[in-house]
Amino acid sequence: MGKSVIIIGGGIAGMEAAARIAAMGKEVILLEKSDQLGGHLRKWDRLFPTRRKSDEVFEYLSNGLNDKVTIRLNIKINKIKKDDRHFFVILEDGESLKSDALLLTTGYDLFEAGKKEEYGYGIYDNVITSADLEAMFRNSAEIKTSGNQKPRRVGFVHCVGSRDEKAGHLYCSKVCCVTGVKQAIEIKEKQPDTEIFCFYMDLRMFDRYFEDLYYEAQQKWGIQFIRGRLSESCENPDHSILVKVEDTLTGRPLKMTVDLLVLLSGFVPSSDTNKLADMLGLLPGSDGFLTPVDEHFRTNETQVDGLFLAGTVKGPATIENTITDARSAAISIIKYLEK
Amino acid sequence: MKQFGYSINPDRQIDYDLTDKSLLSFIVSFEPSLLSCISCGTCTATCTAGHFTDFNIRRVHTLLRRGEITTLKKEIQKCMLCGKCQLACPAGVNLRNLIRSIHVAVEKFNV
Ligand code: SF4
Ligand code: SF4
Ligand code: SF4
Repeated sequence: MGKSVIIIGGGIAGMEAAARIAAMGKEVILLEKSDQLGGHLRKWDRLFPTRRKSDEVFEYLSNGLNDKVTIRLNIKINKIKKDDRHFFVILEDGESLKSDALLLTTGYDLFEAGKKEEYGYGIYDNVITSADLEAMFRNSAEIKTSGNQKPRRVGFVHCVGSRDEKAGHLYCSKVCCVTGVKQAIEIKEKQPDTEIFCFYMDLRMFDRYFEDLYYEAQQKWGIQFIRGRLSESCENPDHSILVKVEDTLTGRPLKMTVDLLVLLSGFVPSSDTNKLADMLGLLPGSDGFLTPVDEHFRTNETQVDGLFLAGTVKGPATIENTITDARSAAISIIKYLEK
Repeated sequence: MKQFGYSINPDRQIDYDLTDKSLLSFIVSFEPSLLSCISCGTCTATCTAGHFTDFNIRRVHTLLRRGEITTLKKEIQKCMLCGKCQLACPAGVNLRNLIRSIHVAVEKFNV
Protein backbone atom coordinates (compact mmCIF):
# COMPACT_ATOMS: atom_id res chain seq x y z
CA MET A 1 0.00 0.00 0.00
CA GLY A 2 1.21 3.52 -0.81
CA LYS A 3 1.41 6.10 1.91
CA SER A 4 -1.53 8.46 2.38
CA VAL A 5 -2.28 11.85 3.86
CA ILE A 6 -5.48 13.24 5.35
CA ILE A 7 -5.96 16.98 5.00
CA ILE A 8 -8.57 18.63 7.20
CA GLY A 9 -9.91 21.83 5.69
CA GLY A 10 -10.63 22.35 1.98
CA GLY A 11 -9.78 26.03 1.72
CA ILE A 12 -6.86 27.51 -0.16
CA ALA A 13 -4.12 25.84 1.90
CA GLY A 14 -5.87 22.45 1.91
CA MET A 15 -6.47 22.48 -1.83
CA GLU A 16 -2.94 23.55 -2.76
CA ALA A 17 -1.28 21.10 -0.37
CA ALA A 18 -3.54 18.29 -1.66
CA ALA A 19 -2.56 19.12 -5.24
CA ARG A 20 1.17 19.16 -4.49
CA ILE A 21 1.17 15.98 -2.42
CA ALA A 22 -0.93 14.16 -5.02
CA ALA A 23 1.40 15.37 -7.77
CA MET A 24 4.20 13.56 -5.94
CA GLY A 25 2.23 10.31 -6.09
CA LYS A 26 0.69 10.04 -2.64
CA GLU A 27 -2.96 9.37 -1.88
CA VAL A 28 -4.76 12.32 -0.32
CA ILE A 29 -8.12 12.48 1.42
CA LEU A 30 -9.31 16.09 1.56
CA LEU A 31 -11.97 16.66 4.23
CA GLU A 32 -14.21 19.72 4.14
CA LYS A 33 -16.99 20.61 6.57
CA SER A 34 -19.08 22.66 4.14
CA ASP A 35 -20.62 21.62 0.84
CA GLN A 36 -17.92 23.21 -1.31
CA LEU A 37 -14.16 23.64 -1.49
CA GLY A 38 -12.39 27.00 -1.49
CA GLY A 39 -13.25 28.36 1.97
CA HIS A 40 -13.21 32.14 2.28
CA LEU A 41 -11.86 32.46 -1.27
CA ARG A 42 -15.36 31.85 -2.64
CA LYS A 43 -16.65 34.96 -0.92
CA TRP A 44 -14.20 37.30 -2.64
CA ASP A 45 -14.85 39.08 -5.90
CA ARG A 46 -11.45 40.51 -6.82
CA LEU A 47 -8.23 40.00 -4.87
CA PHE A 48 -5.69 42.54 -3.68
CA PRO A 49 -3.29 43.81 -4.90
CA THR A 50 -3.59 42.36 -8.42
CA ARG A 51 -7.38 42.77 -8.70
CA ARG A 52 -7.51 39.27 -10.14
CA LYS A 53 -10.91 37.55 -9.98
CA SER A 54 -10.93 35.13 -7.06
CA ASP A 55 -12.62 32.56 -9.30
CA GLU A 56 -9.41 32.31 -11.35
CA VAL A 57 -7.46 31.30 -8.26
CA PHE A 58 -10.19 28.83 -7.33
CA GLU A 59 -10.01 27.34 -10.81
CA TYR A 60 -6.22 27.00 -10.56
CA LEU A 61 -6.52 25.28 -7.18
CA SER A 62 -9.30 22.98 -8.43
CA ASN A 63 -7.31 21.97 -11.50
CA GLY A 64 -4.54 20.71 -9.23
CA LEU A 65 -6.76 18.09 -7.66
CA ASN A 66 -6.04 14.94 -9.68
CA ASP A 67 -7.46 11.43 -9.24
CA LYS A 68 -5.16 10.76 -6.29
CA VAL A 69 -7.21 13.21 -4.26
CA THR A 70 -10.45 11.98 -2.71
CA ILE A 71 -12.65 14.94 -1.84
CA ARG A 72 -15.11 14.47 1.01
CA LEU A 73 -17.56 17.31 1.60
CA ASN A 74 -20.01 17.95 4.47
CA ILE A 75 -17.71 16.15 6.89
CA LYS A 76 -18.03 16.31 10.64
CA ILE A 77 -15.16 14.93 12.68
CA ASN A 78 -15.92 13.22 15.94
CA LYS A 79 -12.50 12.17 17.12
CA ILE A 80 -8.89 11.82 16.01
CA LYS A 81 -6.69 9.01 17.31
CA LYS A 82 -3.08 8.18 16.69
CA ASP A 83 -0.94 5.07 17.22
CA ASP A 84 2.83 5.13 16.57
CA ARG A 85 2.38 4.97 12.81
CA HIS A 86 -1.09 6.05 11.79
CA PHE A 87 -3.75 8.66 12.31
CA PHE A 88 -7.40 7.61 12.56
CA VAL A 89 -9.96 10.30 11.82
CA ILE A 90 -13.35 9.14 13.05
CA LEU A 91 -16.34 10.83 11.46
CA GLU A 92 -19.69 11.54 13.03
CA ASP A 93 -21.34 8.52 11.40
CA GLY A 94 -18.64 6.24 12.84
CA GLU A 95 -16.59 5.84 9.64
CA SER A 96 -12.87 5.70 10.36
CA LEU A 97 -10.31 7.09 7.93
CA LYS A 98 -6.66 6.07 8.23
CA SER A 99 -3.52 7.89 7.08
CA ASP A 100 0.24 8.11 7.60
CA ALA A 101 0.27 11.89 8.02
CA LEU A 102 -2.26 14.53 8.92
CA LEU A 103 -2.34 18.14 7.77
CA LEU A 104 -4.49 20.78 9.47
CA THR A 105 -5.63 23.58 7.16
CA THR A 106 -8.67 24.69 9.08
CA GLY A 107 -8.00 28.38 8.58
CA TYR A 108 -9.63 31.29 10.37
CA ASP A 109 -13.02 32.78 11.14
CA LEU A 110 -13.84 36.44 10.65
CA PHE A 111 -14.16 38.38 13.88
CA GLU A 112 -17.86 38.78 14.70
CA ALA A 113 -18.24 42.51 14.19
CA GLY A 114 -21.34 42.66 16.40
CA LYS A 115 -19.09 42.11 19.40
CA LYS A 116 -17.84 45.68 18.99
CA GLU A 117 -21.26 46.90 19.99
CA GLU A 118 -20.26 50.56 19.93
CA TYR A 119 -19.83 50.35 16.13
CA GLY A 120 -23.43 49.25 15.71
CA TYR A 121 -23.14 46.20 13.45
CA GLY A 122 -26.40 44.27 13.63
CA ILE A 123 -28.01 47.30 15.28
CA TYR A 124 -27.85 49.99 12.58
CA ASP A 125 -28.83 48.99 9.05
CA ASN A 126 -26.06 50.96 7.36
CA VAL A 127 -23.16 49.41 9.25
CA ILE A 128 -21.81 46.47 7.26
CA THR A 129 -18.60 44.40 7.23
CA SER A 130 -15.98 44.16 4.51
CA ALA A 131 -17.30 40.65 3.82
CA ASP A 132 -20.82 42.05 3.25
CA LEU A 133 -19.37 44.65 0.89
CA GLU A 134 -17.36 42.02 -0.99
CA ALA A 135 -20.59 40.04 -1.46
CA MET A 136 -22.11 43.14 -3.14
CA PHE A 137 -19.11 43.32 -5.48
CA ARG A 138 -19.43 39.61 -6.21
CA ASN A 139 -23.08 40.01 -7.17
CA SER A 140 -22.06 42.96 -9.37
CA ALA A 141 -24.60 44.93 -7.42
CA GLU A 142 -24.63 48.68 -7.12
CA ILE A 143 -23.42 49.76 -3.71
CA LYS A 144 -26.52 50.97 -1.92
CA THR A 145 -27.59 51.91 1.55
CA SER A 146 -30.35 50.10 3.40
CA GLY A 147 -32.71 52.75 2.05
CA ASN A 148 -31.73 51.71 -1.51
CA GLN A 149 -29.85 54.95 -2.20
CA LYS A 150 -26.36 55.35 -3.57
CA PRO A 151 -24.23 56.40 -0.60
CA ARG A 152 -22.73 59.87 -0.92
CA ARG A 153 -20.15 59.20 1.73
CA VAL A 154 -18.68 55.88 2.91
CA GLY A 155 -16.45 55.28 5.92
CA PHE A 156 -14.11 52.35 6.44
CA VAL A 157 -13.12 51.39 9.98
CA HIS A 158 -9.77 49.64 10.28
CA CYS A 159 -8.75 47.16 13.00
CA VAL A 160 -12.22 45.90 13.94
CA GLY A 161 -11.56 43.12 16.42
CA SER A 162 -7.79 43.39 15.91
CA ARG A 163 -5.17 45.29 17.92
CA ASP A 164 -7.80 45.54 20.59
CA GLU A 165 -7.39 44.23 24.08
CA LYS A 166 -11.13 44.75 24.65
CA ALA A 167 -11.87 42.35 21.81
CA GLY A 168 -9.29 39.92 23.18
CA HIS A 169 -7.08 40.17 20.11
CA LEU A 170 -3.88 42.13 20.43
CA TYR A 171 -2.46 41.04 17.11
CA CYS A 172 -2.76 42.73 13.72
CA SER A 173 -4.80 40.83 11.14
CA LYS A 174 -2.40 41.98 8.41
CA VAL A 175 -4.69 42.02 5.39
CA CYS A 176 -7.59 44.25 6.44
CA CYS A 177 -5.73 47.50 5.68
CA VAL A 178 -5.14 46.51 2.08
CA THR A 179 -8.63 44.99 1.81
CA GLY A 180 -10.12 48.32 2.86
CA VAL A 181 -8.02 50.26 0.38
CA LYS A 182 -8.88 47.83 -2.42
CA GLN A 183 -12.58 48.06 -1.64
CA ALA A 184 -12.47 51.84 -1.35
CA ILE A 185 -10.96 52.04 -4.85
CA GLU A 186 -13.58 49.63 -6.16
CA ILE A 187 -16.42 51.78 -4.83
CA LYS A 188 -14.84 54.82 -6.52
CA GLU A 189 -14.55 52.91 -9.81
CA LYS A 190 -18.22 51.91 -9.68
CA GLN A 191 -19.60 55.12 -8.20
CA PRO A 192 -17.03 57.91 -8.63
CA ASP A 193 -19.14 60.54 -6.88
CA THR A 194 -18.79 58.78 -3.54
CA GLU A 195 -16.60 60.43 -0.91
CA ILE A 196 -14.55 57.88 1.01
CA PHE A 197 -12.82 58.08 4.37
CA CYS A 198 -10.68 55.42 6.02
CA PHE A 199 -10.28 55.63 9.80
CA TYR A 200 -7.03 53.94 10.71
CA MET A 201 -4.46 53.71 13.50
CA ASP A 202 -1.53 52.64 11.31
CA LEU A 203 -1.72 51.69 7.70
CA ARG A 204 0.04 48.38 7.39
CA MET A 205 0.65 48.14 3.67
CA PHE A 206 3.44 45.63 4.19
CA ASP A 207 3.51 43.53 1.08
CA ARG A 208 4.63 44.07 -2.46
CA TYR A 209 2.48 46.59 -4.39
CA PHE A 210 0.32 47.37 -1.35
CA GLU A 211 1.85 50.83 -0.96
CA ASP A 212 1.13 51.48 -4.64
CA LEU A 213 -2.51 50.75 -3.97
CA TYR A 214 -2.49 53.26 -1.10
CA TYR A 215 -0.86 55.84 -3.37
CA GLU A 216 -3.44 55.19 -6.08
CA ALA A 217 -6.24 55.51 -3.54
CA GLN A 218 -5.02 58.94 -2.46
CA GLN A 219 -3.70 60.42 -5.68
CA LYS A 220 -6.07 59.01 -8.28
CA TRP A 221 -9.27 58.61 -6.30
CA GLY A 222 -8.97 61.23 -3.55
CA ILE A 223 -9.76 58.70 -0.85
CA GLN A 224 -9.02 60.30 2.51
CA PHE A 225 -7.30 58.75 5.47
CA ILE A 226 -8.01 60.00 8.95
CA ARG A 227 -5.77 58.72 11.68
CA GLY A 228 -7.77 57.76 14.71
CA ARG A 229 -9.68 54.80 16.01
CA LEU A 230 -13.44 55.11 15.84
CA SER A 231 -14.78 55.56 19.33
CA GLU A 232 -18.45 55.10 18.52
CA SER A 233 -21.08 55.44 15.88
CA CYS A 234 -24.74 56.30 16.18
CA GLU A 235 -27.65 56.36 13.83
CA ASN A 236 -29.26 59.58 12.60
CA PRO A 237 -33.05 59.73 12.09
CA ASP A 238 -32.50 59.26 8.33
CA HIS A 239 -30.48 56.06 9.05
CA SER A 240 -27.16 57.60 8.08
CA ILE A 241 -24.38 57.02 10.60
CA LEU A 242 -22.60 59.60 12.72
CA VAL A 243 -19.03 58.58 13.54
CA LYS A 244 -16.79 60.01 16.20
CA VAL A 245 -13.05 59.79 16.15
CA GLU A 246 -10.03 61.73 17.29
CA ASP A 247 -8.30 63.18 14.27
CA THR A 248 -4.98 62.52 15.95
CA LEU A 249 -3.04 64.39 13.27
CA THR A 250 -4.75 67.65 14.12
CA GLY A 251 -5.24 66.76 17.76
CA ARG A 252 -8.95 67.51 17.57
CA PRO A 253 -12.06 65.39 18.05
CA LEU A 254 -13.91 64.98 14.76
CA LYS A 255 -17.40 63.87 13.81
CA MET A 256 -18.93 63.25 10.44
CA THR A 257 -21.93 61.64 8.86
CA VAL A 258 -21.50 58.71 6.50
CA ASP A 259 -24.23 56.93 4.57
CA LEU A 260 -22.53 53.57 4.86
CA LEU A 261 -19.96 52.39 7.37
CA VAL A 262 -17.79 49.38 6.50
CA LEU A 263 -16.09 47.49 9.33
CA LEU A 264 -12.82 45.77 8.41
CA SER A 265 -13.25 42.66 10.53
CA GLY A 266 -10.08 40.82 11.44
CA PHE A 267 -9.06 37.17 11.66
CA VAL A 268 -9.71 34.96 14.65
CA PRO A 269 -8.66 31.32 15.06
CA SER A 270 -11.46 29.19 13.61
CA SER A 271 -13.71 27.38 16.06
CA ASP A 272 -12.90 24.08 14.30
CA THR A 273 -9.19 24.67 14.72
CA ASN A 274 -9.69 25.09 18.44
CA LYS A 275 -11.66 21.82 18.68
CA LEU A 276 -9.13 19.84 16.65
CA ALA A 277 -6.19 21.32 18.55
CA ASP A 278 -7.81 20.10 21.75
CA MET A 279 -8.24 16.59 20.34
CA LEU A 280 -4.63 16.50 19.18
CA GLY A 281 -3.12 18.09 22.26
CA LEU A 282 -1.71 21.10 20.37
CA LEU A 283 -1.05 24.26 22.36
CA PRO A 284 -1.92 27.51 20.61
CA GLY A 285 0.33 30.58 20.70
CA SER A 286 -0.50 33.63 22.81
CA ASP A 287 -2.73 34.89 19.98
CA GLY A 288 -4.77 31.67 19.87
CA PHE A 289 -3.45 30.52 16.49
CA LEU A 290 -1.50 27.27 16.19
CA THR A 291 2.26 27.31 16.22
CA PRO A 292 4.79 25.17 14.37
CA VAL A 293 7.79 23.63 16.14
CA ASP A 294 10.11 26.34 14.88
CA GLU A 295 9.14 29.63 13.27
CA HIS A 296 12.18 29.68 10.99
CA PHE A 297 13.31 26.16 10.30
CA ARG A 298 10.34 23.83 10.78
CA THR A 299 7.45 26.04 9.82
CA ASN A 300 4.88 23.32 9.10
CA GLU A 301 5.72 20.68 11.70
CA THR A 302 4.11 20.28 15.11
CA GLN A 303 5.13 18.59 18.36
CA VAL A 304 3.10 15.58 17.19
CA ASP A 305 5.05 13.34 14.80
CA GLY A 306 3.33 13.25 11.39
CA LEU A 307 1.00 16.16 12.15
CA PHE A 308 1.47 19.29 10.05
CA LEU A 309 0.00 22.79 9.77
CA ALA A 310 -0.45 25.10 6.80
CA GLY A 311 -2.08 28.41 6.04
CA THR A 312 -4.06 30.72 8.28
CA VAL A 313 -4.43 28.11 10.98
CA LYS A 314 -1.09 29.68 12.01
CA GLY A 315 -2.34 33.26 11.90
CA PRO A 316 -3.39 35.96 9.45
CA ALA A 317 -1.83 35.64 6.00
CA THR A 318 -2.37 36.75 2.41
CA ILE A 319 -3.57 34.31 -0.22
CA GLU A 320 -0.13 34.30 -1.87
CA ASN A 321 1.54 33.43 1.43
CA THR A 322 -1.07 30.76 2.14
CA ILE A 323 -0.44 29.09 -1.21
CA THR A 324 3.33 29.21 -0.69
CA ASP A 325 2.98 27.83 2.82
CA ALA A 326 0.83 24.95 1.54
CA ARG A 327 3.59 24.04 -0.94
CA SER A 328 6.12 24.13 1.83
CA ALA A 329 3.92 21.85 3.95
CA ALA A 330 3.64 19.43 1.02
CA ILE A 331 7.44 19.19 0.80
CA SER A 332 7.76 18.56 4.55
CA ILE A 333 5.06 15.89 4.42
CA ILE A 334 6.63 14.06 1.47
CA LYS A 335 9.97 14.10 3.27
CA TYR A 336 8.28 12.69 6.37
CA LEU A 337 6.51 9.93 4.42
CA GLU A 338 9.73 8.85 2.71
CA LYS A 339 11.69 8.68 5.91
CA MET B 1 -25.79 88.23 43.68
CA LYS B 2 -22.94 85.81 43.87
CA GLN B 3 -21.30 85.26 40.49
CA PHE B 4 -20.30 81.65 39.86
CA GLY B 5 -17.42 81.10 37.49
CA TYR B 6 -19.44 79.29 34.84
CA SER B 7 -18.73 79.82 31.19
CA ILE B 8 -19.37 77.98 27.95
CA ASN B 9 -16.39 76.67 26.07
CA PRO B 10 -16.49 76.76 22.29
CA ASP B 11 -16.70 73.23 20.82
CA ARG B 12 -13.23 72.02 19.81
CA GLN B 13 -14.69 69.24 17.74
CA ILE B 14 -14.26 69.34 13.98
CA ASP B 15 -17.72 68.88 12.51
CA TYR B 16 -16.76 67.63 9.08
CA ASP B 17 -20.34 67.94 7.80
CA LEU B 18 -20.24 71.70 8.38
CA THR B 19 -16.68 72.76 7.56
CA ASP B 20 -15.98 74.58 4.32
CA LYS B 21 -14.15 72.57 1.67
CA SER B 22 -14.40 75.05 -1.22
CA LEU B 23 -10.97 76.47 -0.46
CA LEU B 24 -9.55 72.98 -0.36
CA SER B 25 -10.97 72.05 -3.78
CA PHE B 26 -9.53 75.23 -5.23
CA ILE B 27 -6.08 74.50 -3.78
CA VAL B 28 -6.09 70.85 -4.80
CA SER B 29 -6.90 71.86 -8.36
CA PHE B 30 -3.68 73.96 -8.31
CA GLU B 31 -1.59 71.48 -6.41
CA PRO B 32 -3.05 67.93 -6.54
CA SER B 33 0.12 66.49 -5.01
CA LEU B 34 -1.32 67.46 -1.61
CA LEU B 35 -3.46 64.34 -1.93
CA SER B 36 -0.35 62.15 -1.75
CA CYS B 37 0.63 63.37 1.71
CA ILE B 38 1.26 60.48 4.10
CA SER B 39 1.28 62.69 7.21
CA CYS B 40 4.82 61.75 8.13
CA GLY B 41 5.77 65.16 9.57
CA THR B 42 9.09 65.45 7.75
CA CYS B 43 8.09 68.87 6.45
CA THR B 44 7.43 70.14 9.97
CA ALA B 45 10.62 68.65 11.34
CA THR B 46 12.79 70.31 8.74
CA CYS B 47 10.99 73.66 8.70
CA THR B 48 13.14 76.52 9.97
CA ALA B 49 10.11 78.67 10.75
CA GLY B 50 8.75 75.81 12.82
CA HIS B 51 11.92 75.72 14.91
CA PHE B 52 11.38 79.25 16.18
CA THR B 53 7.58 79.58 16.20
CA ASP B 54 4.64 77.28 16.77
CA PHE B 55 4.20 77.04 13.00
CA ASN B 56 3.48 73.46 11.96
CA ILE B 57 3.12 73.16 8.20
CA ARG B 58 1.93 69.55 8.38
CA ARG B 59 -0.82 70.45 10.81
CA VAL B 60 -1.76 73.51 8.76
CA HIS B 61 -2.37 71.49 5.61
CA THR B 62 -4.03 68.64 7.51
CA LEU B 63 -6.50 71.12 9.04
CA LEU B 64 -7.07 72.57 5.59
CA ARG B 65 -8.01 69.10 4.38
CA ARG B 66 -10.63 68.88 7.12
CA GLY B 67 -12.04 72.24 6.03
CA GLU B 68 -10.74 74.01 9.14
CA ILE B 69 -9.56 77.33 7.69
CA THR B 70 -10.13 79.94 10.38
CA THR B 71 -6.46 80.24 11.30
CA LEU B 72 -5.09 79.46 7.84
CA LYS B 73 -4.34 83.00 6.69
CA LYS B 74 -2.53 83.91 9.90
CA GLU B 75 -0.57 80.65 10.03
CA ILE B 76 0.61 80.66 6.45
CA GLN B 77 2.27 84.09 6.90
CA LYS B 78 4.87 82.41 9.09
CA CYS B 79 6.33 80.49 6.15
CA MET B 80 9.21 82.12 4.32
CA LEU B 81 8.96 79.88 1.24
CA CYS B 82 12.48 78.54 1.62
CA GLY B 83 11.41 75.17 0.20
CA LYS B 84 13.31 72.95 2.62
CA CYS B 85 10.15 71.00 3.45
CA GLN B 86 9.63 70.18 -0.21
CA LEU B 87 13.17 68.86 -0.61
CA ALA B 88 12.58 66.48 2.30
CA CYS B 89 9.01 65.33 1.60
CA PRO B 90 8.99 61.58 0.80
CA ALA B 91 5.63 61.70 -0.96
CA GLY B 92 6.51 64.27 -3.61
CA VAL B 93 4.19 66.96 -2.28
CA ASN B 94 5.05 70.24 -3.99
CA LEU B 95 4.89 72.20 -0.74
CA ARG B 96 6.12 75.54 -2.03
CA ASN B 97 3.50 75.65 -4.71
CA LEU B 98 0.97 74.41 -2.17
CA ILE B 99 1.80 77.28 0.14
CA ARG B 100 1.67 79.76 -2.74
CA SER B 101 -1.73 78.38 -3.72
CA ILE B 102 -2.90 78.82 -0.14
CA HIS B 103 -1.83 82.48 -0.31
CA VAL B 104 -3.78 82.93 -3.53
CA ALA B 105 -6.79 81.06 -2.15
CA VAL B 106 -7.09 82.99 1.12
CA GLU B 107 -7.14 86.23 -0.86
CA LYS B 108 -9.62 84.93 -3.44
CA PHE B 109 -12.00 83.46 -0.86
CA ASN B 110 -11.33 86.28 1.56
CA VAL B 111 -10.93 84.11 4.66
S1 SF4 C 1 -3.99 45.12 8.80
FE1 SF4 C 1 -4.49 47.22 9.27
S2 SF4 C 1 -6.70 47.15 9.74
FE2 SF4 C 1 -5.92 45.07 9.90
S3 SF4 C 1 -5.43 44.83 12.05
FE3 SF4 C 1 -3.54 45.41 10.98
S4 SF4 C 1 -3.44 47.61 11.16
FE4 SF4 C 1 -5.54 46.99 11.66
S1 SF4 D 1 8.95 76.58 2.74
FE1 SF4 D 1 7.84 77.35 4.55
S2 SF4 D 1 6.98 75.51 5.47
FE2 SF4 D 1 8.59 74.81 4.06
S3 SF4 D 1 10.42 74.64 5.32
FE3 SF4 D 1 10.44 76.69 4.45
S4 SF4 D 1 9.44 77.97 5.98
FE4 SF4 D 1 8.94 75.87 6.49
S1 SF4 E 1 6.75 65.74 4.40
FE1 SF4 E 1 5.29 65.45 2.72
S2 SF4 E 1 4.25 63.54 3.19
FE2 SF4 E 1 5.28 64.17 5.06
S3 SF4 E 1 3.69 65.32 6.16
FE3 SF4 E 1 4.86 66.81 4.96
S4 SF4 E 1 3.73 67.01 3.05
FE4 SF4 E 1 2.98 65.16 4.04
